[in-house]
Amino acid sequence: MASTTETASVKTAAGPGAAAPAPRRARLWRGATPWLFLLAPLTLLIVFTYAPIANMVAYSFTDWDGVSPELRYTGAENYTELFTRPDLFEVFWVSGYYLVASVVQIVAALYFATILSFNVRFRNFFKGVLFFPYLINGVAIGFVFLYFFQDGGTLDSVLGLFGVETDRAWLGTPESANTSLAAVSVWRYLGLNFVLFLGAIQSIPGELYEAAELDGANRWHQFRHIIAPGIKPVLSLTVILSISGSLSVFEIPYIMTGGATGTETFVIQTVKLAFQFNKTGLASAAAIVLLLIVLAVTWVQRRLVPDSADDKRMDLA
Amino acid sequence: MTRRAVARALVYLSLIAATVVVLLPLAAVLLTSLKSEREMADDSGALALPDDPLNFGNYVTAFQDGRMLTAFANTAVILLFAIGGTVLIGSMTAYAIDRFTFRFRKLVVALFLVAALVPGVTTQVATFQIVNSFGMFDSLWAPIALYMGTDIVSIYIFLQFVRSIPTSLDEAARLDGANAFTIYRKIIFPLLRPAVATVVIVKGITTYNDFYIPFLYMPSEDLGVISTSLFRFKGPFGAHWETISAGAILVILPTLIVFLCLQRYIYNGFTRGATR
Repeated sequence: MASTTETASVKTAAGPGAAAPAPRRARLWRGATPWLFLLAPLTLLIVFTYAPIANMVAYSFTDWDGVSPELRYTGAENYTELFTRPDLFEVFWVSGYYLVASVVQIVAALYFATILSFNVRFRNFFKGVLFFPYLINGVAIGFVFLYFFQDGGTLDSVLGLFGVETDRAWLGTPESANTSLAAVSVWRYLGLNFVLFLGAIQSIPGELYEAAELDGANRWHQFRHIIAPGIKPVLSLTVILSISGSLSVFEIPYIMTGGATGTETFVIQTVKLAFQFNKTGLASAAAIVLLLIVLAVTWVQRRLVPDSADDKRMDLA
Repeated sequence: MTRRAVARALVYLSLIAATVVVLLPLAAVLLTSLKSEREMADDSGALALPDDPLNFGNYVTAFQDGRMLTAFANTAVILLFAIGGTVLIGSMTAYAIDRFTFRFRKLVVALFLVAALVPGVTTQVATFQIVNSFGMFDSLWAPIALYMGTDIVSIYIFLQFVRSIPTSLDEAARLDGANAFTIYRKIIFPLLRPAVATVVIVKGITTYNDFYIPFLYMPSEDLGVISTSLFRFKGPFGAHWETISAGAILVILPTLIVFLCLQRYIYNGFTRGATR
């Protein structure tokens, strides 16, 4: 938010008629101009983002079912229920699988971005292959991997080629299912992180490498002293996206298992509470908790890495 | 020198391994989509080649019984309105924020910023009530309105471009008697062409892939989009993996074509969109 360069904004009051005081109506009109442009965007933003959040806060203190005209104010009951009923709270541990997957993903993305920023044959081909999964429709990915993990599916066939006979159901036990689903997430999102890192690495001036080469620095030294500092901002952004992403995993497990065999995530639970069990009040409380956690994580990151990526990030003001 | 050669070999080996990991699940589905029901039953495994590599029967089944034509049509309508609206709204917002100083400007900016952090799926608990009260439930308008109203990424992309347009152009036009709307229409918007292209691509792909909003707001069979129609394959085609695979390939194919044609824009667009 802190601006690095205050862009010279046009003072609308300094029109051609600045010499004589502008008539009042014209001045009013000028003051209203930006608001006319913002009318539609702000309306949509408030109606579809802020009004729901405000309503959610209100619902979260009630026992509303989302349908009936009557509701009771229950105070903080929903919140206490959320934190004291183990079956409601347990789903948070599922995020652990996805957090571990995020670490794997960031390391792998960093590795591939590093080697592909140097001269490698078929670079564009490899870049395209790594990035493409990110663009594929989530439902299609879900089906591709349901087939991959099913009994006698892709994975079993590949293992069979190596003479490994398995007769385990990959999505059969909670541990195995969550690991499989987290692996699918890595497959799907690696490409985005990889391309972000690649962009950051390529924006490092080439002379630095040349100078380092002359000084006899090897690839590892180059990575440690040139690349790593250069991509710090993007790295911290990726960590944030990964943490909030791990907490709000939804699509892949919902499509593939529907939350069965212990693969239910916090968001799947929230959605089910709201739209299957008609517990709008409880679901709202859950959504508010998640929102607060995500905002807190973001805030912490902002404090730890203050404005280092300002040229790229949200400096709008 | 030999150590270097070994290192190089290892680099290529890791790249080839990654390529296999990415492409194998997709290739298996492609192979399966070309197999007949009989072939599926003979236990030859997922990686066996189909007898007839030009057996497109499953695609016909998937396209007709899976109501893919309706799905593509609905998706096209939603794309058209959502992208058009996003381009207009995003560019207007960027213009207003960058070119004017007004009271509460910082607050407006903050509103857009915070909205970007809200996890989308969870707020549907309450958004649903609002959309429902407008009578948009089970109509194409629900996703259109939601895609237009919550797109912060495109506003950033436009902002970066608006900032790079010199203000001297605005001033020159203003001296010629143009008002703010004329400046936006005749100067800013035409110069935003690269940004529009980027937004159209990024927004197009994310809209095409979105699953939960159409799933929640358009339960009617006639209102299926790509994602929801494919999702409905789960029921009737239960264990018919050859049909499901054909459906999945049909959905992936347009994305692949767009990606191959517009690679450069896509990388830039998603990089810009993510590093807000």
